[in-house]
Amino acid sequence: MLSIKNLCAKIGDNQILNGIDLEVKPGEIHAIMGPNGSGKSTLASVLAGREEFEVTDGSVEFLGKDLLAMSPDERAREGIFMAFQYPVEIPGVSTVNFMKTAVNQVRTHRGLPALDAVSFLSLMKEKMKLVDIDQSLLNRSLNEGFSGGEKKRNEIFQLAMLDPRLAILDETDSGLDIDALRIVADGVNKLMTKDKSIIVVTHYQRLLEYIVPDFVHVLYKGKIVKSGGKELALELEAKGYDWVKDSVAA
Amino acid sequence: MSKDIIEEFTSREYEHGWTTNIEVDAAPKGLNEEIIRFISAKKNEPEWLLEWRLKAYRQWTRMKEPTWPNVKYPPIDYQDIIYYAAPKQKARPESLEDVDPELLKTFEKLGISLVEQKRLTGVAVDAVIDSVSVATTFKETLAELGIIFCSFSEAVQKHPDLVRKYMGSVVPVNDNYFAALNSAVFTDGSFCYIPKGVRCPMELSTYFRINAANTGQFERTLIIADEGSYVSYLEGCTAPMRDEHQLHAAVVEIYAMKNAHVKYSTVQNWYPGDKEGKGGIYNFVTKRGLCAGEHSKISWTQVETGSAITWKYPSCILKGDYSSGEFYSVAVTNNYQQADTGTKMIHIGKGTRSRIVSKGISAGHSQNSYRGQVHVLKRAEGARNFSQCDSLLMGDKCGAHTFPYIDVENNTAHIEHEATTSKIGEDQIFYCQQRGIDEESAVALIVNGYAREVLKQLPMEFAVEAQKLLALTLEGSVG
Amino acid sequence: MTTNAIDTNPTLLGVSSGAIDSIPSLATLRDETFRHLQEVGFPGPKNEEYKYTPLTRALEKLSLDDQEGTGTVNLADYAIPDLDATVVAFVNEKCVTSLPETEGLIVKPLQEALSEGKGINHFAKIVDAQSDAFVAWNTLAWTYGFYIEVPAGKTLTKPLVILHVSDGAVRKAARNLIVVGRNAQCTVIQMFASTGKGASYVNVVTEGFVDENARLDLYAIQADMPGQIQFNQTRVLQKDNSRVNSYAFTLGGKLVRNNLALALDGQGCESHMYGLYLLNGDTHADNHTVVDHIKPNSFSNELYKGIMDDTSRGVFNGKIYVRPNAQKTNAFQSNRNILLSTDAKVNTKPQLEIWADDVKCSHGCTTGQIDEDALFYLMARGIPRSTARAMLLYAFAGETIDAVSLPPVQQYLAQRVSQRLQRNDF
Repeated sequence: MLSIKNLCAKIGDNQILNGIDLEVKPGEIHAIMGPNGSGKSTLASVLAGREEFEVTDGSVEFLGKDLLAMSPDERAREGIFMAFQYPVEIPGVSTVNFMKTAVNQVRTHRGLPALDAVSFLSLMKEKMKLVDIDQSLLNRSLNEGFSGGEKKRNEIFQLAMLDPRLAILDETDSGLDIDALRIVADGVNKLMTKDKSIIVVTHYQRLLEYIVPDFVHVLYKGKIVKSGGKELALELEAKGYDWVKDSVAA
Repeated sequence: MSKDIIEEFTSREYEHGWTTNIEVDAAPKGLNEEIIRFISAKKNEPEWLLEWRLKAYRQWTRMKEPTWPNVKYPPIDYQDIIYYAAPKQKARPESLEDVDPELLKTFEKLGISLVEQKRLTGVAVDAVIDSVSVATTFKETLAELGIIFCSFSEAVQKHPDLVRKYMGSVVPVNDNYFAALNSAVFTDGSFCYIPKGVRCPMELSTYFRINAANTGQFERTLIIADEGSYVSYLEGCTAPMRDEHQLHAAVVEIYAMKNAHVKYSTVQNWYPGDKEGKGGIYNFVTKRGLCAGEHSKISWTQVETGSAITWKYPSCILKGDYSSGEFYSVAVTNNYQQADTGTKMIHIGKGTRSRIVSKGISAGHSQNSYRGQVHVLKRAEGARNFSQCDSLLMGDKCGAHTFPYIDVENNTAHIEHEATTSKIGEDQIFYCQQRGIDEESAVALIVNGYAREVLKQLPMEFAVEAQKLLALTLEGSVG
Repeated sequence: MTTNAIDTNPTLLGVSSGAIDSIPSLATLRDETFRHLQEVGFPGPKNEEYKYTPLTRALEKLSLDDQEGTGTVNLADYAIPDLDATVVAFVNEKCVTSLPETEGLIVKPLQEALSEGKGINHFAKIVDAQSDAFVAWNTLAWTYGFYIEVPAGKTLTKPLVILHVSDGAVRKAARNLIVVGRNAQCTVIQMFASTGKGASYVNVVTEGFVDENARLDLYAIQADMPGQIQFNQTRVLQKDNSRVNSYAFTLGGKLVRNNLALALDGQGCESHMYGLYLLNGDTHADNHTVVDHIKPNSFSNELYKGIMDDTSRGVFNGKIYVRPNAQKTNAFQSNRNILLSTDAKVNTKPQLEIWADDVKCSHGCTTGQIDEDALFYLMARGIPRSTARAMLLYAFAGETIDAVSLPPVQQYLAQRVSQRLQRNDF
C-alpha cells in the first residue's frame, strides 16, 4: 500500500529525515516510536504533504501512485488521513459544514454521487456513536474552544467519516487521560479492516496497548534504527530511549 | 501557497461586465443650473422640488470634496459626467408587458426576474437602470396592505406630500459634498412607505445597474416606516466593465417611527476595475437612518465586494428613547480597490442601544479601512454599544486600517470596542486540505466562517449570493 | 498689556532667545523650524490631532501677568519615599541642585553637550521638529534640560529623577536627550509640580535613543500641578532587541497633553506602555500614543486607564502602525475608562494601521462605570459605600500601578492614588 524509499527531508537548513525505508501492506498496523526530535512528526507531516518540509531525496509510492507529486488535498482524496497532534481551530465553520464539504469532495473523487443532507446526517449519526461525540459539539465552530480530548475525538470522528485507506495517527495519545484514550483507540480499532492500514506515531508505549501494532519501528536522528514486533515497544518502555541511542552509537 | 492559484483568481473576470444595447435618452455632459432644470423638467417635477434641487446645487458649489477618507484617486471632473441618462421608453410602463424586452433580458442576465408569476420567493423588485426606475413588481399585492413601493419619480407625482415631508429629513441637503450633489441631480430611485402596524409580507428589493458610458448614477431611496411597521429591504448593484471610472453618489434615507423596524441589506458588486486598477466605480454613498420614535430599530447589513473606491457609512441616529441601531458589514477589497467604510451610531435618546460588527478582508494591493463613530450624547442615559471590528489580511501588499472614534458624554453609558487583525492561517488551510478539500474551497470555507456573523443577518437568498461573491472575489488570493 | 503663554502672531510666536540660538551648528535647523512654524501656525480646533484638546486656544487665553511665585520651594515635598535616586530639580528654568556625578554616566545640560557636539546626531532627529507645532515651538524656545548618556554595557543602578517645578506664572520649555548605549540600562523619572499663584505653561520634549539590547524605563508623574498647561512629548527610537517601559501617571493639572511615540526600528524589540489618568475638577488630560513597528518580530503592549469625575475630560488616542516589513509583529492595546459624574467626558480613538499580513494585533476599549452589583456586594458585607467605591476604583486603576517596576515608585503611586480615591469628593 505504502512504500517509502530512502526518504530525506529538511525544513529550512535543518535536515530532519535521513533516508527512511518503510513498507506498509494492507491490513497492517505500524508504530513509529522514537525520542523527541527524532523526526516522527516530520515523517507524518511529509506524508500528508506539509509544504514547509522539503523532500531532498527518496520516493513514496501510495497505492501505486507517486505520493510526493500530489497536493495535500489530492493525497487526502486518494485515501490518506492524518489525525493531527494539534487539531486546528477554524472560527465560524462548524464541523458539520466542514465534514460535508470534505466528504463530498472525497466522494466525487471516488466517482460517487455527493450525499444529500439527509443521507449525510444519517452517516454522521452512525459515526458519532463510534467515538461517543455529541451532536452539539459538531454544530460548534471547528475545534474552537474544544478540550484536548474533544479535539482528538473529533479527529477520529473525521477519520470515520472520510473512510481512508491509510490513517496516520500523529501523537494521538498526547494529552489524553486513560478513559479518553480508550474511547479513541476503540474507535480506531472498529474502523480497521483487512484492506486498511494504520501508522501510529507515538512517543509512549501506552497507546499501543490499545491499538496493537504488527510492527514497531524506532526512529532516531531521522533514520529507522530498529524494527521489530510489538515486543519492541515493551522493551523500549522498559529500557528507555537511551538504550537505542547507545546501541546506535556502539 | 502556490502563486499560480493567486494568479488564476486575481485575474478572474468580473462577472457582470457586459453591456446591453438599450437606447438611452441622455443630457449633455456637465453640471450647471440648466442641467438641473432639464432633469427636473424631464421628470415633470413640481416647482418646489426644482427649488430644492437648485438650493442643493448652490450649496454644493460652495462645498469642498472631503479629503479625510483613507483613499486616493485623481480629481474627478464633475463637468465631464452625464447627469441624466434614461433608457428610452415611450412612457413609464403600466405593466411588465410594456417593458422593453432588452431591459427584461438585462435583468434576467443578472439573475433578477422581473416577471412576477415566476417568483416563488415573493420578493418585490424595483429595477433601476442608469438612475431611472424601469419596473416595479408586486405593486398591486403591496397596495392592498397600503404599502407604497414605487420609483422615486412616481412617488413625487403620486405622493408629493410624503416625499416633501421626509426627503432630506434624515440626510439634509448640505450634509456632505456627495449628498449635496445627489440632492441637486438625482434622477430616480426607490420610494417605500409602510403604513402603521403593517408588517410587509415580502422582501422589497431595488436592483441598481449602471449601463450607459460616462454616466454618473445618482439615485435616491426614501423609506418611511410608520408606527409599529416592519420591512426588510434589499439592494443590489452591478455595472459593466469600462476603462474609465464612473461615479455613483447615492442617498438612502430611512425614517422609523415608534416601534417600527427596518432592516436594510446591501450586496454591493459594482465593477471594481481590472487587476491593474483601471476603471471601476467610485462609490460615494450617504446612507442614514433616523430612529425617530421610541423603541424603533434600524439594521444595516452590507456585503461590499465591488467598486474601485467605496466611501460609505450607513449610520443610525438613535433619537427615540430605547431605539436601537445595528450595523453588520463585510467589506472585501482585492487588486487595487480601496474601501473606507463603517458607521456612525449617534445615541441621543435614553436607553438607546447599538451594535457594530465589521469584518474587513483585504487582498492584493488593496487598502481597507473601517471608520466609525459611537457618540453618546449627554441625554442618552444608559446607552449601550458593542463594537467588533476584525480585519483579515491576505498577502503582504495590502493594508487594513481601523479608525474608531468613541465619544462619551454620559456617565451611565457602557461602551465596548474590540478590534483584531489577523491573517488566514496556513495551518487552517492545510488542515482543510488534509481532509480532501481543495485550496480554493478551503479559503472560501474559512472566509465564510470569518464573515458568518454578518452573513447570517442577510435574508436567505441574498446570503447565498453574498457567499458566492465572497468566494469569487477572494478564493486563492492567500499569499 | 497682557502677556500670553504663546503669542500666535507669526512674527513673534512667543519665542525669544532659546538655547538653540547659542549653538551655531544648529542655526539652519533653527531657521527652518521658525519658518515652518510661521507658515503652519499653531493647530486650530479643526486639526484632527487636537480635535478634543484645544491647546492653542487655552494658551491664547492664558495670561501670565500679575502672578507671583512663592519664592520658596521645598523640594522634600516632592520626594518619593525610600527611593534611592539621583535627583536634579529645576525651579522654573533654574537648576537648584548640583549636577549628579555618577561614574561613567554623562549628565550635563543639553545646551552645553550640544555645543561640544555631543548628541548632535540625535538632537531633533528622533523627534522631527516639524512634526508638531508645539514641538517646533519647543525646539526654538527650550532653555533647560539634559543630555543623558549611558555608555555601552553600563547599568545605571539609581534612577535619575528630574523634577520640574513651576513657581508662579511661568512659561518654560525643557528639552532632554537620552542615549542608552548597547547593553546599557537606565531609568529616568520626570516629575512635574507647580506652586504659587497663577497658571503655568510647560512644554517638554524628550528624545530617547535605545541601542541594541539596551533598556530604558521612562516615567512621567504629573501630580501636584494645579493650573498647569502642559505639553509633553516623548519619542524613543529602539534598536534590535531593546526594551522600553513607559509609565505616564496624570493625577492633576489644568490641561495636559502627552504625546508618546515609540519607533521600533529593530527586530526583537519589546515595548510596554502604561498610563493612568485620574481626573477631577476641570482637568483635561489627553494622551496620544503611537507605536510604530518598522521591523519584524517585535512585541508591544499598551494599557491606558482613565477615571473621570466632575467636569473633567479624558482623551485617548492610540495608534499602532505595522509597516510592510514588520512581519510577525505582536501588538496589543487596551484603553478602559470610567466616568463618575454626569459632566465628565471621554473621547477615545484606538487606531490600527496594518500593512503586513503575518501579524497579531488587537485593540480594545471600554467606557463604563462602577459595577453596581460589586458595590452592593461589598456594602452587604458591611463596607461603607465610599470605601467600597474607592476599593473598586482602585482595583480598576491598580493594574497600571502594579506594572511599575520600581517598588518605591509603585508604593508612592499606590498611596497617592488610593488617597485620592478615598476622598469622598472624588
